Amino acid sequence: MAVQGSFLAGFRQGAWSGLPFSLVLGPFGMLFGVLATEAGLDLAQVMGFSVLVIAGAAQVTALSLMNEQAPVVVVLVTALAVNMRMAIYTAALVSHFGSLPVWKRAIAAYWLFDQPFAMTSVDITKNPQRSLNERFGFYLGVAVPLGLLWYGATLLGATLGYLMPQNIGMDFAIPATFLALVAPLLRSLAHLAAAFTSVVGTLLLSGLPFNSGLLVAALLALLVGAEVERRLEQRRAQYV
Amino acid sequence: MFESSYVWSIIVLLGIGTWLIRFSFLGVVGDRPLPSYFKRMLNYSAVAVLPGICAPVVLHGQDGALEPLRLIAAAAILIIGVWTQSLMKSISAGLLIYFGINALLG
Repeated sequence: MAVQGSFLAGFRQGAWSGLPFSLVLGPFGMLFGVLATEAGLDLAQVMGFSVLVIAGAAQVTALSLMNEQAPVVVVLVTALAVNMRMAIYTAALVSHFGSLPVWKRAIAAYWLFDQPFAMTSVDITKNPQRSLNERFGFYLGVAVPLGLLWYGATLLGATLGYLMPQNIGMDFAIPATFLALVAPLLRSLAHLAAAFTSVVGTLLLSGLPFNSGLLVAALLALLVGAEVERRLEQRRAQYV
Repeated sequence: MFESSYVWSIIVLLGIGTWLIRFSFLGVVGDRPLPSYFKRMLNYSAVAVLPGICAPVVLHGQDGALEPLRLIAAAAILIIGVWTQSLMKSISAGLLIYFGINALLG
């Protein structure tokens, strides 16, 4: 393999390594299309979500709050809280893409969802020799095909969703996908404590106005997670 | 049905807000380091929000009553997910249990 690969070579490799994720994003996108259509959104609105927001968990979060008639501000703040993890991604990519011209960084930002970030950060350790252009190509190679799949799957779900049987408890499909996303993270005490706080807090605070209980519980859970992590580190340091 | 202005303001503002989060460091903040405690908190953003969204839907079925099948399916997703670390395995097991048994019971 050439040491100084081109944008296109990177793109091709990125597209190839992102392929397995289509197994997850295809069905998830269809599910969003079905759920949003069932909630009463028209086709342009459903596609607007997937094209302008392009973040599955936040889209489904917004949808479930809209179903409960939450005010715009509450929907926005809660859905954006789900996306705050992307602040970590963008911070982590600065040292690799920071020297690109600003318009390329603006494009990179649009495509920054979980999978391109994950694949690119793995690739950075595996292939540290890539040139800036090749690395940017790799990143977009993971992101663009998966993003286009996301649009297509949403469209399919929105237009063919009516073929699905009614009243079979589709509302359960949302938490099912979320639990599956969260489960692999529940291997540390701090993550478990944060998740527990989120569940108990949301249930106890369900009486708060405008569905703000979820948000308050989430803030508490962030603090609990960070604090448990800090104390465990402190204790570990004492024994060393 | 929703008011069109309600839906579109959520879509557009959420789109802009999400892009701004994604652009923040790449575009503006640059290499300056984040406060470490803030960074620590951000690590928990997924587990802080998503379980809270799930809890009421898992505990209350379509008519608001407890639906044991939801608890069983949710437990299966969590256990298989922690065990295998695989999104596909856990979600297919959970949906198969829930929708499969629901269909069998009619």
